Amino acid sequence: MTIVASPTPPTALIDRLVGIVGPAHCLFREGELFAYECDGLTLAPRTPLAVVLPATTEEVARIVRACRDFDRSFVPRGAGTGLSGGAHATEDSVLIECSRMNRVLEIDPGNRLAVVQPGVVNAELSQAVAHLGLFYAPDPSSQQACTIGGNIAENSGGPHTLKYGTTTNHILALEMVLPDGRIERFGNRVGEGPGFDWVGAIVGSEGTLGIVTEACVRLTPIPEGVETLLAIFDDVVAACRAVGRVIRSGVVPAAMEIVDRRTIEAVEASVYAAGLPKSAGAVLIVELDGNPVCLDGEIRLIHEACRREGCQAIERARNDEERTRFWRARKGAFGAMGRLAPDLYVHDAVVPRVHLPAILEKICEICDRYRLKLANVFHAGDGNLHPNICFDKRDPDELERVMKAGAEILEACVAVGGVISGEHGIGVEKRDYMHLVFDDSDLECMTRLRQTFNPDAACNPGKMIPTPRFCVEANPRARGYDAVPIG
Amino acid sequence: MASDAGGIPEREGVGSGLREGLRAAIYSKTLDCVHCGLCLQSCPTYRVTGRETASPRGRIYLMRGFAEGRLQDPELLVEEAFACLGCRACETACPSGVRYGEMLERTRAVVRSEEKDASLSTKIERFALREIVPRPRRLGILVGLLRWVQALRLDRLSTLLPRGLRDRVALAPRVPPRRERRRMPLLTPAEGVRRGRVALFEGCVMPELFGRVNDAARLVLSRAGYEVIVPRNQGCCGALHAHSGEIGFARELALRNVRAFTGELGQLDAIIVTSAGCSASMREAESWIGESGGVLADGVRDVLDFLDDARPGLPLRPIPKRVCYDDACHLVHAQGVAAGPRRLLQAIPELVLVSHRNPEACCGAAGIYNLTRPEMSRAVLQPKIDALIEAGPDLVATANPGCAMQLSAGLAARHSEIGVVHPIELLEEATRPVTA
Repeated sequence: MTIVASPTPPTALIDRLVGIVGPAHCLFREGELFAYECDGLTLAPRTPLAVVLPATTEEVARIVRACRDFDRSFVPRGAGTGLSGGAHATEDSVLIECSRMNRVLEIDPGNRLAVVQPGVVNAELSQAVAHLGLFYAPDPSSQQACTIGGNIAENSGGPHTLKYGTTTNHILALEMVLPDGRIERFGNRVGEGPGFDWVGAIVGSEGTLGIVTEACVRLTPIPEGVETLLAIFDDVVAACRAVGRVIRSGVVPAAMEIVDRRTIEAVEASVYAAGLPKSAGAVLIVELDGNPVCLDGEIRLIHEACRREGCQAIERARNDEERTRFWRARKGAFGAMGRLAPDLYVHDAVVPRVHLPAILEKICEICDRYRLKLANVFHAGDGNLHPNICFDKRDPDELERVMKAGAEILEACVAVGGVISGEHGIGVEKRDYMHLVFDDSDLECMTRLRQTFNPDAACNPGKMIPTPRFCVEANPRARGYDAVPIG
Repeated sequence: MASDAGGIPEREGVGSGLREGLRAAIYSKTLDCVHCGLCLQSCPTYRVTGRETASPRGRIYLMRGFAEGRLQDPELLVEEAFACLGCRACETACPSGVRYGEMLERTRAVVRSEEKDASLSTKIERFALREIVPRPRRLGILVGLLRWVQALRLDRLSTLLPRGLRDRVALAPRVPPRRERRRMPLLTPAEGVRRGRVALFEGCVMPELFGRVNDAARLVLSRAGYEVIVPRNQGCCGALHAHSGEIGFARELALRNVRAFTGELGQLDAIIVTSAGCSASMREAESWIGESGGVLADGVRDVLDFLDDARPGLPLRPIPKRVCYDDACHLVHAQGVAAGPRRLLQAIPELVLVSHRNPEACCGAAGIYNLTRPEMSRAVLQPKIDALIEAGPDLVATANPGCAMQLSAGLAARHSEIGVVHPIELLEEATRPVTA
């Protein structure tokens, strides 16, 4: 059968890639490339030149060297659940899909660590060590699908970030294929070392420094006692005020999440329904964990704080089954929005907690003004907002309003001292908003760090750091991404 | 590059029938998917290949892209539509309630109807599905032949066959003796206090190869106080046909069953089905044949689901065995039935229900998938067999005949002693009167 519209791929490069990974793991037909044109961000899709699925570090290194020899760039990808387009690849980039590098190589319960390949699925790592009383703490909402490699690239957080920190607090050492094809190791198993903190620089670099091929991660003991409370409020702003009050009381919950009315409707209609009250304006989920003896006192403080902000009622998960249901509902919320509209633009911004109530009002006002359907479900404890705008991208007028509202939301967050991403990364989506939080010298500093590892930006080009005009002239590789119709 | 499904024309203006067909049949449904990816790891073919294109999200993206005209060449879409097992584990994982199974079935139907020149394997498949499976006499003759082959141990000769064929022959189950293949009585009275009246659906392959399962269901229902009737003019449910894109033929079969289970049967509490694949598709009959499918959609209950609800409180004899319950996809994912069968088994004294890794994952049988795509089927099966051997039960219980055959073949290939039963067989044993 003939391949209809796809441009003829550079056969010699394809041959070389097939030689490295085998024909079953190198994709270049039109349909194959089409399915890889985007990740969790469906806006601004781009078709890669080819997709390769290596199984070992050595194969990744050989793929990188092959790309080098043919002067092509390359982009690493995990499960493609990212929401900022970090795994989008242009027509002259090879997409290196790590889904087959999914082995847990070592579990060391004594030192509470594990060594994994980047394609290991976040939730499956926790499952693999549960029998030892351990878990992997960062828990992004997509944890049942997303990979450790992707988590490292984006420095992913999750509901329990409030107490346990983000990915960067849980990575001890890394093996990385550098953009010139060399294999290097960074960090050590002890977690502390003299000299620069290279691991800290690599985590959250969105694949712009190299391709992580192995990670030594910290494991955390499963807490002895866990309590999950559901506080029901008339409106989302009151719930935000309660969050501030809880933090001021001195309690450090493991997680504090707010789910608003529209999100509750969507989730309760889905397979993740957990019996959240549909009449509530918002629900605040508070999870406490630790020594069971201490938890009762903390629960009293939470009750007190929520009551003072006028909460209607507080429910308490009676058992693990109920707790799991609450969390499945919270984590299925993003996907459940598909019930509200064909497309979804989930924003990700952080504001200092004290500004939560005011910024929530502002966001609602912005979306009302642009006649957009808004649903909020977010990590309230650390001020990490996720306004979800539901729309239909086939309507160009609506799409434009979505983009304008998004820009205003980010500007409003930055104006109160916030930042433009909490955990989803910058990717292509927010690259051109970086100037809202960084000035030219900050960006130049970042560019220099990237140049140290990735001198000509061949690895994941066009992501995270905006490219000044004069650089596009000097580096044609960056050009492809200028056409991104976002923002 | 040849496509398995073949037949999609490839010159100018091509695929336009396919595109129009998909636009009408599924396009609006594809929009329910927001591309979040939560389904990925639940998909057996994604887990084997690691490819986006072999995942539910990727397949929906291909369907949508082709219908929109953004994807030009339908080749991969057609391949992937038939490479999917149809296990629907993605529906259990999907927060947006995407109706993947329905989209898949419709896509296959559109592909088949637009096909000009079917490949040999498609023709063989179509012949078997139309001319053998739904015709009890022909199926009976074939099974009888297989019994002779096995009795004379001619099946050992299969070692002379090429590998592909040999593996398929190895999937054939031991044909049970003739007495287990007799038709069931038209009416079995309720024992003890009468609680109601049910009809029993026999299925196509079930009476020939798993007659003992149907009979066990009949006995347990009767002991539970239900009068059991077995309507004579019933037949194959059409699920295999619908899954293969033969939707027109599937409709004819479904309509025949609508007639068989209405009319002069009187009041029925339920139409009881012992095969999860059949009960799932009969409960969805309305989506194929419209309103008239309501009789099946409302009436059909899987035997385990029905008994769990009925709670007949029968005295149970101990069965001192370690049992793994392995969820049939079309029970857990298509009907959401998972706890009930486990409750029924756990109620049996001395029976120890042993858990194993990922009981909800597909075993790779998937109707006739293990015959049409043996390589992928085996790759999907391996982790399941590993998990069962690791758990080490005496028996594995599964509620679907295809899964039972697949698991038996997989365990036998690893020289495992673990037996395979339908949960209703254990319930029958446990409820058997002491004198019997």
